Amino acid sequence: MKGTQMRTPMRRVRGLGAAHTGTQDFWHQRLTSVAGIPLCIALVIIVVALLGRSHAAVVQILGSPIVAIIMLLFIINTVYHMWIGMQEIIIDYVHEDKLKLATLLGNTFFCFAIGFASAFAILKLSFGV
Amino acid sequence: MTELEAGSTTAPRRSRPLSPHLQVYKLMLTFVMSGFHRISGAVLYFGMLLIAWWLIAAASGPNAYANFEWFMGSLIGRLVLFGYTWALLHHLLGGIRHLIWDLGLGFEPAEREFLALATIVGSISLTLIVWVVGYLAMGGPR
Repeated sequence: MKGTQMRTPMRRVRGLGAAHTGTQDFWHQRLTSVAGIPLCIALVIIVVALLGRSHAAVVQILGSPIVAIIMLLFIINTVYHMWIGMQEIIIDYVHEDKLKLATLLGNTFFCFAIGFASAFAILKLSFGV
Repeated sequence: MTELEAGSTTAPRRSRPLSPHLQVYKLMLTFVMSGFHRISGAVLYFGMLLIAWWLIAAASGPNAYANFEWFMGSLIGRLVLFGYTWALLHHLLGGIRHLIWDLGLGFEPAEREFLALATIVGSISLTLIVWVVGYLAMGGPR
């Protein structure tokens, strides 16, 4: 067996595999899924509570500290979770190199854009102006 | 040169047997729920556009928010929101199922079937409950 070992001892000790990041994505997907349970329940409650309310009322409630903090946590947690998830889907189904690169880039841009835009909106609702 | 030609990859390769793929397996609930988890995840990915639109519209002002409300109040908007609700709750329950498996539990045949059934029955029931509560909160359907 010794003769067939292609990996250097350092690579084996680090245990990061072919992607160089080891099980980080796997672990972070679990981390964000556990955090997502209370955050998703909170989102549903917030949305139902805001149904049919006037714009002024919605702004006041979404901008209140507790609701804004929960929404910010939901957004940050979700965009990270969905970034890992879509990356996994792309890696599974897209095998052509250039298309894979383009879709992986697009995934990152989309998640960053959604995350920053939503976070900015929540902060604006909170701080006014 | 002849050696090089013999070793080149241009010679037609014999087609090799492929391992059986999805279609050879009996359609099982556990397998369908596995697919639903990924599909609902992908749906929620694009559904985040709705959340972003909602927040940006609220932050932009009454006119932008009125446009958002008009769309969500339309038949298509309601269908989209209903689908989003179901995808969210299904992915939530499916995720809990995966977390149970991550703890090393629920792998027995009966347990697997129960978890798969609980995911789909639970997600449909919860979606209907949320919508009934939502309509009640708005003071009835309108």
